[in-house]
Amino acid sequence: MLASSSSLSSLVTDVTVPIVQLNGERMADDNSAVLSVSGLRKSFGQRHVLRDVHFAGHRGEALALIGANGCGKSTLLRSLVRLVEPDAGAIHAMGKAVLSLNSSDLKNYRSRVGFVFQKHNLVGRLSVLTNVIHGVQGRASGMRTWCHAFAKKEWREEAMQCLAAVGLADRALQRADSLSGGQSQRVAIARMLMQRPELVLADEPDASLDPKAGEEVMGLLYSLSRDKGLTLIMISHRVEHTIRFSDRIIGLANGVVEFDCRSKDMEPQNLLSFFKGEAALV
Amino acid sequence: MTSASIPRWQRTNPVTFVLGVACLAFLIWSFSNVGLSFERVVRGIPALFSIIDRMFPPDLERLPQILWSLLVTFQMALVGCVLGLIFAFPIAVLAADGLSPHPVVKHIARGLIALFRTVPDLVWALLFVIAVGLGPAAGVMAIMVDKIGFAGRFFAEAMEEVEKGPQEALAAIGASRVGLICSSVVPQAIPSLVATSLFSLEKAVRGSVILGLVGAGGIGVELKVAFDLFDYQTAATIVIAIFILVVLVEQASNALRRKII
Ligand SMILES: Nc1ncnc2c1ncn2[C@@H]1O[C@H](COP(=O)(O)OP(=O)(O)OP(=O)(O)O)[C@@H](O)[C@H]1O
Ligand SMILES: [Mg+2]
Repeated sequence: MLASSSSLSSLVTDVTVPIVQLNGERMADDNSAVLSVSGLRKSFGQRHVLRDVHFAGHRGEALALIGANGCGKSTLLRSLVRLVEPDAGAIHAMGKAVLSLNSSDLKNYRSRVGFVFQKHNLVGRLSVLTNVIHGVQGRASGMRTWCHAFAKKEWREEAMQCLAAVGLADRALQRADSLSGGQSQRVAIARMLMQRPELVLADEPDASLDPKAGEEVMGLLYSLSRDKGLTLIMISHRVEHTIRFSDRIIGLANGVVEFDCRSKDMEPQNLLSFFKGEAALV
Repeated sequence: MTSASIPRWQRTNPVTFVLGVACLAFLIWSFSNVGLSFERVVRGIPALFSIIDRMFPPDLERLPQILWSLLVTFQMALVGCVLGLIFAFPIAVLAADGLSPHPVVKHIARGLIALFRTVPDLVWALLFVIAVGLGPAAGVMAIMVDKIGFAGRFFAEAMEEVEKGPQEALAAIGASRVGLICSSVVPQAIPSLVATSLFSLEKAVRGSVILGLVGAGGIGVELKVAFDLFDYQTAATIVIAIFILVVLVEQASNALRRKII
């Protein structure tokens, strides 16, 4: 799947075969892919947003998805958990053919995929701890998942650990709407960790944050997924975040993957000109 | 451009004009049809004063009996209202856009709410008096049905208006519909839900007074008997007692609303 981009050479200095470098070992075969997408298509009416998207992600890898506004990055990310239903193609993730899951298997699959949105999507009137505990709803249900006061002891402990991981353990009983934007986004990450995901999708989690908070949030996502061996796919419009907080960059344009290369081989200048849609890259 | 060149009146089209005249004519006819004439009102004023005059001083002889009836009335309103709210909630969930499991279910739930709301509580009371006999039980049922209609509608609206993001985030996790409603929709809608519930209680207390007039229990029965016997002094006591109850409930409800929201 990785070979879908042949226009790399102009962009990247030393990669001719798009093989992913991971922890020092070369991984050439797609069987190790925790996620693979092929021939993905999606139109909204007459707008062909995704035409023929191919890519794969490996366990523990951090992918950055980039492209101009409206090129379909969010659509692609949402397709991966079927918040958007693709028209055609195949998605294999964690050993499942995602597009043919029935509704209960889909729920089960979704519970293993963490999603961080541009908006933190916390329930403002509830406490931080309760919002984090809501993360167990993928694997458990019932009254005890609704509020930290009813929650099982081990959930409360796990939630406190997740909060500690994002540095907000001391805010557990505060109302979620009393936090700043960056703190709220970190709570959203804690809720996502509570889910115990294997794959993490993040759609511009830094977009509504100031530069410092944005960097903290992206850094946190990157280092957490590193530490826990999670696969991360993130979207960011900030060039420096894209390069710093990913192992591989996938460029989307005109509904297909334009390039797919290692982050450390990517020059900020090239990324900028890709955003501007300059001919040299196509 | 001077103000003189701007026309004072906009040209109306003929249809609007005809409709306007028809509405005015209907209004005038309505006044004459209800028999509200100036001299009738003027003639009525002394009679009204004579009744008020005969009401004073209020007769406190039957006060214990009246207070007891008032308590029953309040309890009738409270029980009817609580039952109504309990049933209104699930029906509202079924009627709310985005929460209802199926469009057919949604339409049935909405139809039910509309039916309960549009038929006046007095009519429900008449029906239940026939069904379960005279007494507070009929009143409780009438209030319950009326409150399902009232609260059901506002509960559904409150739940439709909450921010959708948190719901979507939980749906993306694979949370169940019930989990989503109880941990995202309801907590966000709590201020509206509480306000609606308190209004329902106020409405129920006011309404429960009237229900006695058709035999559905409570203080309304006392009031009707007092008027039927021309015992205006006892009637005065009852009216004052009702007034105090309603004001107390409204004050308490305001205080609670301020505290919770
Ligand atoms: N539900 C929808 N209905 C109709 N059109 C949609 C829908 N969702 C997305 N689109 C269209 O699809 C295109 C791609 O949208 P998408 O949100 O995936 O872009 P994006 O790459 O995430 O852009 P941005 O950088 O602004 O976030 C846009 O033109 C958008 O208008
Ligand atoms: Mg987007």
